[in-house]
Amino acid sequence: MLVPLEHVIALSAVIFGIGVIGAVTRRNVIVILMSIELMLNAVNLALVGFARAWANPGGQVFVLMVITVAAAEVAVGLGIVISLFRNRDSVDVEEVSLLKW
Amino acid sequence: MPELGVILKLLFLVLVVMGALLPVITWVERKQSAVMQDRIGANRADILGIRLIGLLHPLADVLKLFGKEDVVPLGANRWMHLVAPVIALVPGIITLAVVPFAGVYDFGGGPISMVAADLDWGMLYVFAVGSIATYGTVIAGWSSNSNWGLLGSLRGSAQMISYEVTMGLSLVGLFMCFNSLKLQEIAQAQDATFRVFGFLEAFGWVHALPRWLSFVKLPMWGIVLQPLGFILFLTCIMAENKRPPFDVPEGESEIVAGYHMEYSGMRFGLFYTAEFLEIPVIAMIVTTLFLGGWTIPWFSTQKIIGALNGTIGVGAATGLCLILHVLSFFLKVIVMIWLQMQIRWTLPRFRYDQVMDLCWKIMLPLSLANVFVTGIVILGIERLYR
Amino acid sequence: MSTGAFLFYLFAAVAILASLGMVLNIRNTVASAMSLVVAMISLGAIYVLLEAYLVAAIQIMVYAGAIVVLFLFVVMLLNLRSDVFPVARSRLPKIFGIVLSGWGLFVFLRLLRGTLPAVSPAPEGYGGFRELGKALFTRYVLPFEATSFLLLAAIVGAVILAKRRID
Repeated sequence: MLVPLEHVIALSAVIFGIGVIGAVTRRNVIVILMSIELMLNAVNLALVGFARAWANPGGQVFVLMVITVAAAEVAVGLGIVISLFRNRDSVDVEEVSLLKW
Repeated sequence: MPELGVILKLLFLVLVVMGALLPVITWVERKQSAVMQDRIGANRADILGIRLIGLLHPLADVLKLFGKEDVVPLGANRWMHLVAPVIALVPGIITLAVVPFAGVYDFGGGPISMVAADLDWGMLYVFAVGSIATYGTVIAGWSSNSNWGLLGSLRGSAQMISYEVTMGLSLVGLFMCFNSLKLQEIAQAQDATFRVFGFLEAFGWVHALPRWLSFVKLPMWGIVLQPLGFILFLTCIMAENKRPPFDVPEGESEIVAGYHMEYSGMRFGLFYTAEFLEIPVIAMIVTTLFLGGWTIPWFSTQKIIGALNGTIGVGAATGLCLILHVLSFFLKVIVMIWLQMQIRWTLPRFRYDQVMDLCWKIMLPLSLANVFVTGIVILGIERLYR
Repeated sequence: MSTGAFLFYLFAAVAILASLGMVLNIRNTVASAMSLVVAMISLGAIYVLLEAYLVAAIQIMVYAGAIVVLFLFVVMLLNLRSDVFPVARSRLPKIFGIVLSGWGLFVFLRLLRGTLPAVSPAPEGYGGFRELGKALFTRYVLPFEATSFLLLAAIVGAVILAKRRID
């Protein structure tokens, strides 16, 4: 392996952290979805790193699963965004307060 | 020094495509359309009265485009407007890195494979690089702050994503036949021939084939093994290039020029180059996958070298074989370019919903069926010959 | 430092900068999406350096080639030119979230030292489509099939959500 596994996992953690910050601070639904994609990517990086460390393809198989789940999530999520925009004329998450008491 | 070889091979291919094929293709496009529409065609550009049947037009085009003003529309996102043509152009060039333009030869110093980057996952590289090209279209239309451009981008992104799915699936059958994703291995596998009536023997319907029937052989080309895959793949990859009949992102009659409407000068020239560069690149990929690549039908590499080395020696025979293979490859590429031009000037344009219907309702089910049938046939053949 | 290690740190820096650019760009959604593409492509390059070739190709094909294009498609479809919202009602959850995620990151990075497995050498053909395909269709065939149901459900859900009115 080219670099120590610690560095791969640390990179993954940093990107995950950036994704979390994006998801909690941004108000644009589309950017929040993109931040979630970034978090999934960070997880994928960790999986690939561990798969390489153990020389086991199982980790890579789960990366493929995660990518599939991400694709499904984006399709449904963006569908929700479009119908939200039709009803509220905005992509601001603070506008989505129908279930809030 | 392996790096030098890689650079030389890539340089050869890029020079042939950019320097020789690209200008001639723009001329052929005009001349062929002129012939098909009963016009004379491009023949006016001249240097000191020498016209060369219009072959100087590409030169005049480039000079004109360089001389034009480069306009960035008001309210455009300047940086993205600048980058978009480059994103559109680059994938076509770097795809050339995995195209094998001749086979594997041994000049005494170990085998030399005539491809710049002989990746194990070559076809995946082509798909990955091709999917980046979508951004050129999307960003160009969005960044130019124009409604026509935006419509063109929307149509372009939807069309290119949809056809990428079918493009991948239409090749699965081929990969199952050749059991590889490496373009050089796929080309080498097509160097063989098979007996057309061999299945009679395999099923036990005849004990041994008559001599004259066992001489009826076909080259093991992708188009012979996967005729449906060939049609589907060619359609999809032509739709990726966004030329008529799939030119809805440009849609000259409805949305003016679509995504590159607000481009002028050499920036427009880059889009134009990208479109015309993709024609030979598509021809090369299709040739390698379905038309045997660099192989010469019925004359395999061993046969050619074996027949020649008695008279001129092994080294010279291998060199001659290499030249023959390169010529054979580019001959097939030129035929595929001609076919694309013919399709472009023959078929009327699709309407937008028709493009999407064709992809999702006709070609996707057909490509899935192709995978299924290919799987059954391969299993059956394995069982017969075990 | 070997060339491979240098490339790893280079792409790692690009990935971090691009993801920061995506999160911090509060004016232009398309530009954030493009930053996301850059982050994903550099992660794909890192996968190549970690010898996960098939995953790298799929990463670029699916994430960069399809998912982010879908984001861009929606941004353009809704024609979100400006991305300026009225002032938020409360800043407290945001500050809390940032502090919490920062603290989580810190703890994680502290714990990282000395808990990881030793790296074993990669066998022949590791990360290629053959080995991965074999694993996918033998040992992991149940999750694979389950994912296909997930995709079917997602298709139906997306169509129903995006349809203007269901007749």
